[in-house]
Amino acid sequence: MMIAVLSGKGGTGKTTVAACLASVINPSSYVDCDVEEPNGYVFMKPDFVKSLPVRVEVPVPDQLLCTGCGECARVCQFNAIAVIKGKPLIFAEICHHCGACFIVCKPKALTSELRTVGVVESNKEGTVLQGKLDIGEPVTVPVILELKRHIRKDMPAILDCSPGASCTVVQSIDGCDYCILVTEPTPFGFHDLKIAVSLVRKMGIPFGVVINKAMDDNDEVFDYCNTGKIEVIMQIPYSRLIAENYSKGVLPVAVDKKLNKEFERVYEMVKEKIVK
Amino acid sequence: MVVCVTSTGDSKNSELDSRFGRCSHFVLFKNGAEDIEIIENEAVRSGGGAGISSGQLMVEKNVQVVITGNVGPNAMSVLSAAGLEIFKGVQGSVNENYGLFKAGKLVKISTTVPPHSGMSRKDEI
Repeated sequence: MMIAVLSGKGGTGKTTVAACLASVINPSSYVDCDVEEPNGYVFMKPDFVKSLPVRVEVPVPDQLLCTGCGECARVCQFNAIAVIKGKPLIFAEICHHCGACFIVCKPKALTSELRTVGVVESNKEGTVLQGKLDIGEPVTVPVILELKRHIRKDMPAILDCSPGASCTVVQSIDGCDYCILVTEPTPFGFHDLKIAVSLVRKMGIPFGVVINKAMDDNDEVFDYCNTGKIEVIMQIPYSRLIAENYSKGVLPVAVDKKLNKEFERVYEMVKEKIVK
Repeated sequence: MVVCVTSTGDSKNSELDSRFGRCSHFVLFKNGAEDIEIIENEAVRSGGGAGISSGQLMVEKNVQVVITGNVGPNAMSVLSAAGLEIFKGVQGSVNENYGLFKAGKLVKISTTVPPHSGMSRKDEI
């Protein structure tokens, strides 16, 4: 079972919710898919003993075989190849490793070279995993694909996604059984919630909303959810106690018994929904 | 000699576009100021590699001189591999910049700006 936590806007509390959930479900695994800046380890405090490089295949031209026809540059949807004076110029860092250039190259002048773009790290038990994209690399997807290959199938996995609703998030939530959308009662939080909702709807994944930093007036989010028949599965109050502990790397569930129960309830509810 | 000026619009009277890879249009002066070709830059909509694709277009159109504001690192690789000369344009119309180039009043550049500089809407020259 895979439960993904996403939000659209950054800083709404994805990691807080994902880490809380993972810590109340026993056994479970926590998977940090925010590969551009994974920070769940701050709360999960794992001992990352395993580290696997993530490698991708990029084209390398054989100048003797290349006829300079330019087919590879024309087929590349990511503009990663230019053919100048009959010689291909390859920009490996923006290559998306789709392989189209290899297919169209008639003289078979392209060979592949492995390039490391990041790592997948894990504790000994494989219950805390994170993907880490190398600095300066723009393409996150290969790291997430590799990361997801290492998820243990014998226990529920909580996937902590990156902000936004682009390829990184799409790749993270693909194949998940349920999505938890974390929002906050701010105009930006609300705006991005709507984008996240349209994404999970398009992908046909069941989902519910968690309102974090909930205040007295969360009507805007509630009205929107009621109209769209979206279930608000939990509210986490705006609280100084939570914030102070968070700043020390202590999760809300460790300081608030009531929240602990709330997360257990959310998990039971999600489980029921998945079974249905 | 084909001279290309990056443009914010589809005429030689449009303002110079300070971005190379993501400029709105390319105005090509083929034989002096009269024989011109205007190309809409499709790379504007691309997620990445706009400079590379724009550079490739310059090569395909046999451009020898590019007049623009800023060039990113990838575009520079393509343009310099092709042996193109790049001149720093000034604020003003495409036509004015072409005139200044002809009069030898523009400066040649070989330095680049950081990647994705052209993603912002701000026009800096």
